[in-house]
Amino acid sequence: MRSSPAIPAPSASIPCYPAPVSATVTPLKVATPRHTALVRVTHWLTVISFFALLITGAEIVISHPRFYWGETGNVNMQPLFSLHIPSSRDTVPTGYGYVMPDQNGWSRALHFQAAWVAVLTGLVYFIASLANGHFRKNLVPAPPDRSWPAFRTIIARYLRRKPPNASEAHSYNVLQRTSYLAVIFILFPLVILTGLALSPAFNAAFPFVVDAFGGRQSARTLHFFITIFLVLFLVVHVTMIFLAGFIPRMRAMITGRAPGPSERP
Amino acid sequence: MKSNPPDNPPNLSRRKLITAGLAATAGVGGLAVAARLAQRYGLIPPDHGALGICGPGETMTYGVQRLLTPHSLAREFPRSMISKAPFANPVASPSDQFKHLQAGGFADWRLTVDGLVAHPTTFSLADLKSLPHRSQITEVVCEEGWSYVAEWIGTPLEQVLNQVGVLPQARYVAYFSIDPDWWDSFDLTDAFHPQTLLAHGMNDGDLPVAFGGPLRMRVPRQLGYKSVKYITRLTLTDSMKRYGKGLGSAAPEGGYSWYAGI
Repeated sequence: MRSSPAIPAPSASIPCYPAPVSATVTPLKVATPRHTALVRVTHWLTVISFFALLITGAEIVISHPRFYWGETGNVNMQPLFSLHIPSSRDTVPTGYGYVMPDQNGWSRALHFQAAWVAVLTGLVYFIASLANGHFRKNLVPAPPDRSWPAFRTIIARYLRRKPPNASEAHSYNVLQRTSYLAVIFILFPLVILTGLALSPAFNAAFPFVVDAFGGRQSARTLHFFITIFLVLFLVVHVTMIFLAGFIPRMRAMITGRAPGPSERP
Repeated sequence: MKSNPPDNPPNLSRRKLITAGLAATAGVGGLAVAARLAQRYGLIPPDHGALGICGPGETMTYGVQRLLTPHSLAREFPRSMISKAPFANPVASPSDQFKHLQAGGFADWRLTVDGLVAHPTTFSLADLKSLPHRSQITEVVCEEGWSYVAEWIGTPLEQVLNQVGVLPQARYVAYFSIDPDWWDSFDLTDAFHPQTLLAHGMNDGDLPVAFGGPLRMRVPRQLGYKSVKYITRLTLTDSMKRYGKGLGSAAPEGGYSWYAGI
């Protein structure tokens, strides 16, 4: 049978194919369990809903890029600060001579839909992780690591840009654990509650939430700042994935398996 | 190299598969039953289909709030919190008809209530003001993000509905502005909610035209755009399909959701 001339057959002479020597350097990379199906599914659902929330949230902010403190705020009042961006409403003084197109309709619908996905995903993750010991085993730092010297050691290692230990393909260090716990138990609950405190119907049913944030406009301003913190976490998180090895880390979060001996029982 | 640990016999995966299959079937069946029940009890908003992939989100919000918190009261504020500088969103320039009514001090302003009611009635502003009224200090919240607090004085919609006698098959109140492009609707939960007002006063005076005078719907558990200005007609109906594009209000036709409680 003759092969089609348009498609060249792979050949050892083509440089993009790995030379056989690489196979001899790392003879047997055993992939062992790293992330449970629950962690992987909830991780990627969170990724999808977070990006939907971020983009639509930005669209909504454009319609009023001014932030206030307290219960009320509008263009007749002094803002706490303003973003120096054009607005999608001609009623907002921005200094720009033009108005952005209004994308609030679908943005709002997608924002609240993605919020449902994020909250329900978080709820499943939270309950299952309490039940199966994921928090206790994988995220709460081990007792010897709960000390400043442990933190300092890890921070120094990052600053010296040393590559991660082999064990870190299968376990988080104390700095990672603390960051993840802060996102899961502080930033996520706060961004959800400040978001709910912008809903007139939620505020009617549970007024103490918006009151605890110091009023509706305070909750809106905090919602914005917590989003900034979440984006900062995301930037560091993705940077670290690249530095630690994008392919193995992505493979671990997609297939659930990572090279090397497993620490998971 | 890949061997199953002793606590993970090979047939577990089949058992898991069967369990997952049964759970998925039960889930789909459960969703179908839930959808039928939701339809029956009026938990599906009229614009459900128009939102495409985002329809389930709005339906969840509306359904959950109607099931769990149908009678909650919007926050009311002390007088000291009334905004010194409330903001009135600009509206389309008034029609000649409006200007004519305004020149007469709105003495000829009429509110017609019709549809599924026992006694279709037309009210003047004086008729409305002769009914028991209520004043409340609540926040107007715009979907854009800004807000202000004002005192609203008006006739609870419930008073008007009790006068005309709502027929049992009615499910929505459609309300229309003098501006023909501006109309909306809500369910009977909001219609009979004690804070839903036909407002004719604001901050101890007459309701200024910029803020919707002489007559504005005030529904404080929903965003500002549901509080339509210059109300001239209310219609009780069992379905919003016959109005506009059948999505419940003008808002979904511009991409905004019918239910604005969030």
